[in-house]
This record gives sequence, structure tokens and C-alpha cells, in this order.
Amino acid sequence: MNYTERKPVIEFKDFSFQYFSQAEPTLHDINLTIYEGEKVLLVGPSGSGKSTLGNCLNGLIPFAYKGEIKGSLKIGGKETKEMNIFELSKKVGTVLQDADGQFIGLTVGEDVAFALENDCVKQEQMKAQVQKVAEIVDMGKLLKSSPFELSGGQKQRVSFAGVMVDDVDILLFDEPLANLDPATGKTAIDLIDRVWKNSRKTVVIVEHRLEDVLYRDVDRIIVVSDGRIAADMSPDELMSADILSKLGIREPLHVTAMKYAGIQVTPDMHAGRLATLDIEKVKEPLLKWNLEQTKKEPKAERPVILEAEHLSFQYTKKRKILQDVSFQIHEGEMVSIVGTNGAGKSTLAKVICGFVTEDEGRILYKDQDLKGQTIKERSHLIGFVMQNPNQMICKPMIYDEVALGLRIRGVAEEEIEPKVDKALQICGLAPFKKWPVSALSFGQKKRVTIASMLALDPKVLILDEPTAGQDYHHYTEIMEFLKKLNEEGVTIIMITHDMHLMLEYTPHAIVISDGKKIGDASAVEILTNEEIAGRANLKTTSLYDLAVKIGIEDPSVFVQNFIDYERGTYR
Amino acid sequence: MKAKLFDYIDRDNFIFNLSGLTKLVCFICMTFSVMFSYDIRYILLVMLLSLIFFKMSGLQFKQIKLMTIYVIIFLAMNFFLTYLFSPQYGIEIYGTNHELFRFSGRYTVTLEQLLYQVTKITKYASVVPMGMIFLLTTNPSEFAASLNRVGINYKGAYALSLTLRYFPDMIRDYQDIALAQQSRGLDLSKKEKLGVRVKNIMNICVPLIFSTLDRIELISNAMELRGFGKHKKRTWYVAKPLKKGDWFSMLFGAVVLAGSLALTIFVNGSRFWNPFV
Repeated sequence: MNYTERKPVIEFKDFSFQYFSQAEPTLHDINLTIYEGEKVLLVGPSGSGKSTLGNCLNGLIPFAYKGEIKGSLKIGGKETKEMNIFELSKKVGTVLQDADGQFIGLTVGEDVAFALENDCVKQEQMKAQVQKVAEIVDMGKLLKSSPFELSGGQKQRVSFAGVMVDDVDILLFDEPLANLDPATGKTAIDLIDRVWKNSRKTVVIVEHRLEDVLYRDVDRIIVVSDGRIAADMSPDELMSADILSKLGIREPLHVTAMKYAGIQVTPDMHAGRLATLDIEKVKEPLLKWNLEQTKKEPKAERPVILEAEHLSFQYTKKRKILQDVSFQIHEGEMVSIVGTNGAGKSTLAKVICGFVTEDEGRILYKDQDLKGQTIKERSHLIGFVMQNPNQMICKPMIYDEVALGLRIRGVAEEEIEPKVDKALQICGLAPFKKWPVSALSFGQKKRVTIASMLALDPKVLILDEPTAGQDYHHYTEIMEFLKKLNEEGVTIIMITHDMHLMLEYTPHAIVISDGKKIGDASAVEILTNEEIAGRANLKTTSLYDLAVKIGIEDPSVFVQNFIDYERGTYR
Repeated sequence: MKAKLFDYIDRDNFIFNLSGLTKLVCFICMTFSVMFSYDIRYILLVMLLSLIFFKMSGLQFKQIKLMTIYVIIFLAMNFFLTYLFSPQYGIEIYGTNHELFRFSGRYTVTLEQLLYQVTKITKYASVVPMGMIFLLTTNPSEFAASLNRVGINYKGAYALSLTLRYFPDMIRDYQDIALAQQSRGLDLSKKEKLGVRVKNIMNICVPLIFSTLDRIELISNAMELRGFGKHKKRTWYVAKPLKKGDWFSMLFGAVVLAGSLALTIFVNGSRFWNPFV
């Protein structure tokens, strides 16, 4: 590609940024040019500065988050320092991560119109323009819907339309996949690609789920690490360089599989996307590797710890949230409950914890019926950790937070301390015992909430989306920690739509769709079953697709081998 | 679910189609007219009117069932406590004493006291349907648009509408947090002593405040990124021009208020209607 002919739209030159609240600069000497009509992916572990970089583009830095800027950043040929946030918002449209939180209007139409309202566009013209943009993102028929009636993917489309209505030159997507299930994420990437191709706008995507973004073409990937640019190259080149794994960013699984099979990845294999991969070059070694793997002996079954029998639940008569759900969970298992948003998986957890009472059926803990037991009584057996730690933490000091549950139970203070110490120890928080909660990162706060549950010594731990919003590094940290807990005998149930998590950590997966259980098998079997994966808005893992491509008869064996190999080599 | 209590659901009828401004004006006029007067005849008239409006709005009783129960409990308590603390207040006001029977000492039951207390609870009870109509039939953004049109700064108006908007979300958050805290053993049920319960509710408020602050930061960023506050003025996607029905309704509200004032000044000569002299 000949870049000299293209017009640069974003130019960072010796750019540095330091938040006033921090001692060190977050971005150092950034030199980066993005050209008109390019589609660029920004990746990096959290804390690397990739979100900061994004915020510099849309003007939240320095207008909302104050700090010191050195060097120059030109957008559309003009220094951003000389513009204000409104002028910038005409050039750069930002779709924020949380589609729920950025829904400003009460209806779809109103939300899309928000930018026009602020520009004092006349009502009639506004309505026409809103209609036009809403149709581009397939929301034209839903202009009157309220956010409560929309799915996560639809909400994201609305925010997308809300920035396109301004006819911006640059579209910036901040972690567009973070809150979407795998199948919806795929549609979102498709939509971004379609708009990019049709309008030839410049698209910048900030995301750490590399493989999912690469489902469609991108021109360049920019890797940010420690506030500097660590790589700036095409996907194919990046896959053959040994950069991602060193920085703790997850490579696409097919690339990992190739590396396990001893293949030296080169740019001419076009390994950036599975769709472009030159299969002939990699087929032989992959098949050979697959045959070399020995099958592991399955572990002996442990006694059942939690059992649901024909559970049904409904809030109102019209819609059944759970219908006749039965399953068994064995002691010491690590289980994932998966399914689309609104499928009933959170409700299932609520029923187990006693937050709501089942209409039919029963729940057994070691053959003991839990019917009639209050939330408090069940909490001796079952701990529940919410997705957002900020919704759980209510004490300013870490020690007090972890001790809270014990204190409420009236445990003597001298007994509390060793229990809290142990919980903090397990969670790797022992050095922070006397610290305030506010000094911790998001991931550490999450561990505080887990520690406060562990202090109560539950036999079963239920976690809602334990890794949401975490990059690969922190994800691994949390999951390895849960794994360790699990090995110490705690049965762990996770509500998730992260397929990597399912595959890697939970041998057993229960799939809920429309309130019914549609699958209950090993994670590998679920993610290699196109029918179940499709119905639950999951997608088959790319390993499965790779296995099909190279012509393996039973793709699930290949996937299982991959997981076993990974466990064997790294941990 | 409780969260549905304050959710706005669009309908097409006379009350829903009124502008938010009209509804606010009428609400204030009618509330003020019953708050000002202690004439039970007039209060019953206004109550009847508000029940008719409620019927016209097409709202379902089940939408306000929970609220109604709370109000009844509150009124009953109010009725009882008023009697407990000032059983003779009616006599003081009306200056006569028609005793029906006596419990002991100053606790007598008089017609005056009964009239005073019944009047007082009808006052409160008549405001409730109007408040419900206003909350449930007004599109918060449209309301903001109307406020802006009568000269209130649009940033303030928008802040108000967002507050109405996020109220259901906050209730939802509160419920989630309350459940999670209960699973740690925090007891919010009546089994626990009141003092402890209040303390436990405080424990829920801290995470609620923090998650609300997160939400506010996010929404204000989102609004700024889309040009909120750029100009001194803005237009409104949902603005409704004031129509005949609006002017008529506001006039009607004003008449009700004027009636109450006139009754007080010219007919009764005081805020109380005294049938005993």
C-alpha cells in the first residue's frame, strides 16, 4: 500500500501525556499517523495506555480528564490543543464501551437525535436525519422503543447511530465487544466493517479481544504497552512476530495452535485471520501434532454437592424465566453457566442463592432440600459474588470489608482475625490488610469481594461474570486464582459468556436458552456443537473451525488436545 | 417488579398527549388548592376530579398498587398519631364541643376532632392520584423540553429529566445490592432491631452511591462527547407545541385554585369550614 498518497487524519508527534493525579506519564513519545479511510485496531493490556490514547482522540483528554500534554496531536490537520471538545466531537465520533450507560434519550429516536438537538437542528429536519441514520444500522423500525426493550447489541447500534448522525470523519470504538455475547459481537464487527466499507470513514477500534475483531479485515494493528507503541504492523506480520504473547495479549487461538504444532509463522501464511490463512502450508504439521497427543484419563466422579430438580420460575404469569431446569453439580467441580443475555442464567443463580423463590421444583445441597431456607441461611453454604465489585464493597478499609460478614454473624473478634487473614492470604491480598479499598485496582477489588465471601467459608461459590472487563493478564490472574481455590475444595460456578473461559477452565458447562437447559456437557463438546452454540448465541471456537479446515474427522478431539496441551505446558 | 413503578410507558389519550408543562401547572394548582383549604366539601370535589383524570389517563390500578398501600399505611398512622398527640385540636379550631364518647381524661371523641382528622387525610389522599398521574404520564425528556421553553435553563431541565430517568435504574441497583449484602448475612427483615437495620441499610447505601457516581461520570462523558452544552440553546426531538387542550387544561387548573381561594376568603372567611356554628 502506498501511504504517501493518502491524507493523514490523525498525527501524533512526540506526544506525551501525564494525568495530574499520577506521578508518571501514561503515554510517552507517541509517534503515530493514521490515514484517511484506514481501519486500525489498538490493542494492549489494561494499564498500557490504550484507552488513554483513545481519550486523547475524542477530547475527553484534556477536557474531562485533566493532565499535562507534551508534543503535538493533529486531527484533520489541526492541533487538538487549539480546539475544544465540541469541535473535536464533530470530527471524532466515539462509541463508548458501556452501551447501557451512554443511552441518554428515553427512546431510540431521541437518543440518536441527541447530537442534533445540541446543534439546534429544527425538529422536522432532525426527524428525517434520525430516520436515515437509524436505517443504516437496521434500527429504523425501532425508533420508539425504550432502552429496556432493547438487547445489548441493539443498544450498541443506537449509540453507533448517535455518533454517525453527526457525519464525523473518524469513528472511535472503545471496547465494542466488552458487554456482548460472542454471536452479537460478531454481528457488531460485521456492522462496523460494513459502515467502514460503504462510507470510507476512518475507523479506530480499541479492543483487547483481538481474535474477535479480526473476524473482519483490519489494515493495521497498533500494539500499545507501557504507554509506548510496541508494534505497528499488518495483522499477518504481527502474527509472525513474537510480540503479543510477551505482552500478555491473547493471540488468536488458531495461531497459538500453529505454534504448539511447531510451525514457524511467517507473513506469507496470512495468519492474521483464519479466513485468509493458507491452510496448505500448515495442514501437515497440525495433523501430525494432533495424532501425537495422548488422551488423558477422565477423573473419578465425586459426590453430588448441588442438584436442581425441575426448577421453574416466573416473575409474572406471562413469561417463564426458568422452565423445568434440572442439573447436577459434583463436589469440587468448576462449572460454567452460559447463554444469551436474558436467557435466565442470572435468575438461576438468584434462585440458588434464595434471592427469589422457585415456583416449582427444588434445590438440593448434598441431598438436603434448601426449600424455605432464607438468604442468610443459604449464605453459610453458598457465596455469591456480583459482577461489579463497586456494588458489593461497603467499608472503606479492606480488613473491615472482609470481616463484615463475620461480624454480622456475631463471631468474636479474636476468631475473626485469623479467618480474615486466611482469606486475604488466599486472595493474594495479605500485604494490603491495612489498606483502604480505594487504593486498589478493579481486579484487586474483585478479589476483595471474593475474599469477603471466602471468610464465611462457603462450600459453593457462584460468580457472575468474574472476568468481565479484564484484559488477558488480569483474566489469567483471576482465573488461576479461582482454579487454586477450586483445588482446595471449593465448588465454583461461573455465569459467563466468555468462551475462552469456558474452554480453558470449566470442564463442565450448562447452557441455558430461553429459560430452558439446552446443553449440559463438557465445554469442548458444547463449543464444537454448531446447533447448541448457535441457539445460545455462542459461536463455535475458532479451533473447531481450524480443525474442520484441515480435515480432522472429530474436531472436538482436536480442541480437547489443544486445551490439555495448554494446561500441560504452561501450568 | 418494583422497578416498574416509575417507568414511563407511552400511551395515546388526552392526558398523555398534554404537554409536560401543562401537567406540572395543573398538578401544582390542584395540590395547592387542597393544601390551602380545610373545606372537606371542596377537597372531596378535587379528589373526585383527580379520580376522573386518573380514569381518563388509562393508567392501571396495579401500576400504583404498591404506592397506594404505602400511602394508606402512612395515612392510617397519621390519623392515629394526630389523635394521640392532640385529641382536642378539633375543639380548639372550631370552638365548639360535640362529644360522642370518652376513653379517659383528655381522650374524648368529638365531632370536631373527627371532621378535622378526616379532612386532613382526604387532603393527602386527593393529592396522591394527581402525583401518580403526573409521574406516570409525563415523558421525562418532553417535560424537560417544556421547562426549557418557559425559560428554565436547559442544563437544569435536562438534569431533572435524567434524575427521573435514572430513578428506576437506581431502584434496580438498590435491590441487587441489597440481595448481595443479605447473602453476606446483613439482615434487613423485621427480625432485626430497628437500629441495626438502619445501620445495615447504610451499608447498602455506600456501594449504591459509588455505583451511581460511576454512572454519572459515564453519562456526563457521553453527553459531552455528543456536544451537550455547546450552545446557549438547543432544540428538542420530543418537544410538543402547546395546543388548545393544554391552554384549556391550565385554565381549568387555575380555576380550581381560584375556587379554593375564593371559598376561603369570601365564603368561609378562614381556611376552615365550620359546620358547627
